[in-house]
Amino acid sequence: MKNRFLKIATYSLAILGAWSCKPSADKTASSSFLAGDAAEKVYVKPGTHDEFYNIVSGGFNGQLSVVGLPSGRTLKIIPVFSQFAESGWGYSEETKPMLNTSHGFVPWDDSHHVALSTTKSEHDGRWAFINGNNTPRIARVSLSTFRTEEIIEIPNSGGNHSSPFVTANTEYAVAGTRFSVPPDNKADVPISSFKQNFKGYISFVSIDKTSGRMGIKFQLKTPGVSYDLARAGKGKSAGWFFFSTYNTEQANSLLEVNASQKDKDFILAVNWKKAEEYLAQGKGKKEPAKYAHNVYSEETHSATSTIINEVMTLDPKECPDLLYFMPCPKSPHGCDVDPTGQYIVGSGKLAAVIPVFSFDKMLKAIANKTYDGNFDGIPVLKYDAVLHGEVKKPGLGPLHTEFDGRGNAITSFFVSSELVKWNIEKLEVVDRVPTFYSVGHLSIPGGPTAKPWGKYVVAYNKITKDRYLPTGPELAQSAQLYDISGDKMKLLLDFPTIGEPHYAESIPASLIEKNNKKIFKLEENKHPYVAKGEKETKVVRKGKEVHVYMTSIRSHFSPDNIEGIKLGDVVYFHLTNLEQDWDVPHGFAVRGALNAEILVMPGETSTLKWVPTKVGVTPMYCTDFCSALHQEMQGYIRVSPAGSNVPLTWGTGKNNPSAEAEKNVAKK
Amino acid sequence: MERGAYSASFSNQNQMKPLKKISQISLAISSLLLIIAYFVPIWRIDLWAPQYPEGLSMSIWLSKLSGQVDIINGLNHYIGMAHIKEEMFPEFKILPYAVATIIALGLMTAFLKNRKILIGFLVILILSGIVAMYDFWSWGYEYGHNLDDSAAIKVPGMAYQPPLIGYKELLNFGAYSIPDIGGWLFVLLGVVTISTLIFEIKTNK
Repeated sequence: MKNRFLKIATYSLAILGAWSCKPSADKTASSSFLAGDAAEKVYVKPGTHDEFYNIVSGGFNGQLSVVGLPSGRTLKIIPVFSQFAESGWGYSEETKPMLNTSHGFVPWDDSHHVALSTTKSEHDGRWAFINGNNTPRIARVSLSTFRTEEIIEIPNSGGNHSSPFVTANTEYAVAGTRFSVPPDNKADVPISSFKQNFKGYISFVSIDKTSGRMGIKFQLKTPGVSYDLARAGKGKSAGWFFFSTYNTEQANSLLEVNASQKDKDFILAVNWKKAEEYLAQGKGKKEPAKYAHNVYSEETHSATSTIINEVMTLDPKECPDLLYFMPCPKSPHGCDVDPTGQYIVGSGKLAAVIPVFSFDKMLKAIANKTYDGNFDGIPVLKYDAVLHGEVKKPGLGPLHTEFDGRGNAITSFFVSSELVKWNIEKLEVVDRVPTFYSVGHLSIPGGPTAKPWGKYVVAYNKITKDRYLPTGPELAQSAQLYDISGDKMKLLLDFPTIGEPHYAESIPASLIEKNNKKIFKLEENKHPYVAKGEKETKVVRKGKEVHVYMTSIRSHFSPDNIEGIKLGDVVYFHLTNLEQDWDVPHGFAVRGALNAEILVMPGETSTLKWVPTKVGVTPMYCTDFCSALHQEMQGYIRVSPAGSNVPLTWGTGKNNPSAEAEKNVAKK
Repeated sequence: MERGAYSASFSNQNQMKPLKKISQISLAISSLLLIIAYFVPIWRIDLWAPQYPEGLSMSIWLSKLSGQVDIINGLNHYIGMAHIKEEMFPEFKILPYAVATIIALGLMTAFLKNRKILIGFLVILILSGIVAMYDFWSWGYEYGHNLDDSAAIKVPGMAYQPPLIGYKELLNFGAYSIPDIGGWLFVLLGVVTISTLIFEIKTNK
């Protein structure tokens, strides 16, 4: 009896010991937030498609990823701001101009926020926009070819973070500068003269309804603050744009401390319809500036870069009723507008509350001039007069908010590492789930639009730690997919992502799939060096330049033997892929090429520049496994010493006559 | 008994009763329907392979080809098959006239109301069907057997003659050969002509 008691006591102690050794968070299946039928809900049967396209920013990789939801499978990386050697983006002669800027060729960037085009604030599946945060740029990506079609640089900007975010009918994408800067044309000023000389430029980039062509319509010269994020109004607020700010302290050093002093920073409300009126009245002023505008043509398969030398500016001091500041607690980050356009959610990342502003109240406060002074001449509206209410104790470090379309908002909390669902009208927290770890952005399909589909939310986390098999010091970024169709948010899937996703948007596959481009029509190819058939292939010498009009078709290049190239020549291989069948790209690679390989889609022409460095015979081959005889898709280029008299000859499937010619030359 | 019925109908026919109105109308309409054959394909060949889950298809018209002919040619060059092109088919020069003749004969048959002419028309129709199918078969035979000696892929004893009609497996491809709208209109005319004849024999004594 005593023995038995002892035994039980020992067991109990052992169990207690095991429990108390180390606090550990259970991150696996037993957790209550994991859906019991999670596997079934994310399983996409072989041969079937995902329900949503998830268009994801690549962060420091400067690109855009395409992911399928709910499976979390990465389908493609779309090169945007950074060179991409696997396809030759930014290396081929056709795409190099896309990365041109006023600084010259900038082959990389830090891409942050995705904005899908909308009509009446609802996704229309035409384009994706993304910002280049570092060298201020906005790119437009076609959702039929999944290629970058246009990149515009933003002058008078020190970092394009508060961007691109589009208006209800994609009239504009915006670019609010993260760093206030002195104007580009008068920029040599002491840094300490921040308050006098630095301005927070906000650019409105117009987007053509049919072609999508971008142009900077005007820049607002606002007081020197940092713009963080932004959202356009919807419905009744569609004529307005809202921008979150920090550093209203106007510090230029040790911002960590100096920009965190004030109790409240601002959300800037811009009446952009009014700005258009002022422009029409001739209130705009053209100022010198220098920025690149790069456009890719699907017809010529080539990009052109144009440097523009002036920009239209609007000075708010000369344009009353254009801008209003709404006080917002502690360095707001996200600034999100609910599907109705009535509520603007600020996320003070150092605040203990989520303030929700009312658009109606804002209009009333403006009408009644319920001001709390002004900031550098811009009226500051009274906090209480514009506030719908505050969500109390929601969590720590609110960053971004999206909407489920059923009256709820979901906000990401970086510090407390969770997603919190709350009711917009009642301002009450209704649910919370942990994220792994420290969520940054979040994304609900259609979440920023007037019509959220609301089925899922994805958390894009900043810290990965132990979520996947370890891969050394650098880890894949972690994302989680949650089911938000019920009252409780349920974790479904944990999946790694490419680069470091900041923001992402998701759109029903049906809105995009139907427009998908399968091939480029050969007869529509207007590339100046196209060869529309093997009969048109040739090699042309222009001094030191050699142009090879080349074709590829399963499974050979034409020509595949070239002689008569000399050291000191610059060779341009203009490769046209003659295939007119979906999913038959051909690659092209030359040994020792100092740039990249190229991947050429059916009907496309792409050019690889090659400067031979050695005398000899250089192999070249196809890098995309195109057919049963892909391995045979190879050829040779003979490089002779400078000044050699080997004649220029080429061919496919026949022995090169140059050998004969050479013998004759030798005889003489 | 059967023989009796047969001879009875034969003797009836000898009385040379003119065709009924309904027969005339059916013949005229089904002949005129053939005009549509000038604007739609008459035959189609559909191909499936593991790499082509969406399928490939080629359509044959009275005077041209359409569909994914280039892709089919691109694939077939591996096994040394000739490039399919319109010059391969001298029939394209004849077919439009041949069909015009059939339409004219059909209308004539309907107009003249003569059962003998109806039988003659049916015979012509059946004969032209046989000739057309033989012609198509011989093209298929030539196309499937006359392979380039320098072909990359050679399978001993393998020929690639497409099916005359129906389904056949050719290496990794499954090939269907079936009439398209235009072809079905010919079938319709044939069926109407036969039915008319039977109808006339049975009812118009």
